[in-house]
Amino acid sequence: MPFWFELIVSLLLLGGGTFILLGSLGLVRMPDFYTRMHAPTKATTLGMWGLLIGALLLSSWNSGVLSMNQLLIAVFLLLTTPVSTHMLAKSALHHRLEWEENTQGQEHAKRFMDDH
Amino acid sequence: MLSWVIPLVFAMLCLAMLMNLWSLHTRSGLPDRVLALDTLYINSSALIILFGLWKATELYFEAALLIALLGFVSTVAVCKYMLRGDIIE
Repeated sequence: MPFWFELIVSLLLLGGGTFILLGSLGLVRMPDFYTRMHAPTKATTLGMWGLLIGALLLSSWNSGVLSMNQLLIAVFLLLTTPVSTHMLAKSALHHRLEWEENTQGQEHAKRFMDDH
Repeated sequence: MLSWVIPLVFAMLCLAMLMNLWSLHTRSGLPDRVLALDTLYINSSALIILFGLWKATELYFEAALLIALLGFVSTVAVCKYMLRGDIIE
């Protein structure tokens, strides 16, 4: 395996691992549920894309043919994460979870709560 | 280079999963815990893909896809239960 290919795969894997780690750090550090929801969905999806494209390149190199298996998981995650996040946000509003004082757009959330 | 990058990414993913477990343990409230479980599902599927890369085999790909799928379905089912009190009405 040439050095430049190994370098590209290593950078992709390291970037993916870093973004997944940042997503979990955000889950621990953020102050309320509505901000906490951002980190593990956006950062983790980006991290999974980095990791999966690195895995795709490496396994394609090892097998000699272009394998699209990992791309299937990546596209699946890209499609399903917004759906589950939307459902989680709706259920959090339904449970009337607390938010930070300086949250913007509070009147929309209150209107949603009144409707449900 | 890959011989030390892959174990390093293993360590990062394990640290991320430990943070998720801590969040699952300490947070109160159902949506918080479901969010932590959802992240745990995605991270474990990443860990399995990385293990397949380490062993240079395609065997573990289906397991990772299945875990990602189950994570999505279970998250949506629990959210539906939290919203409506019932999964299929």
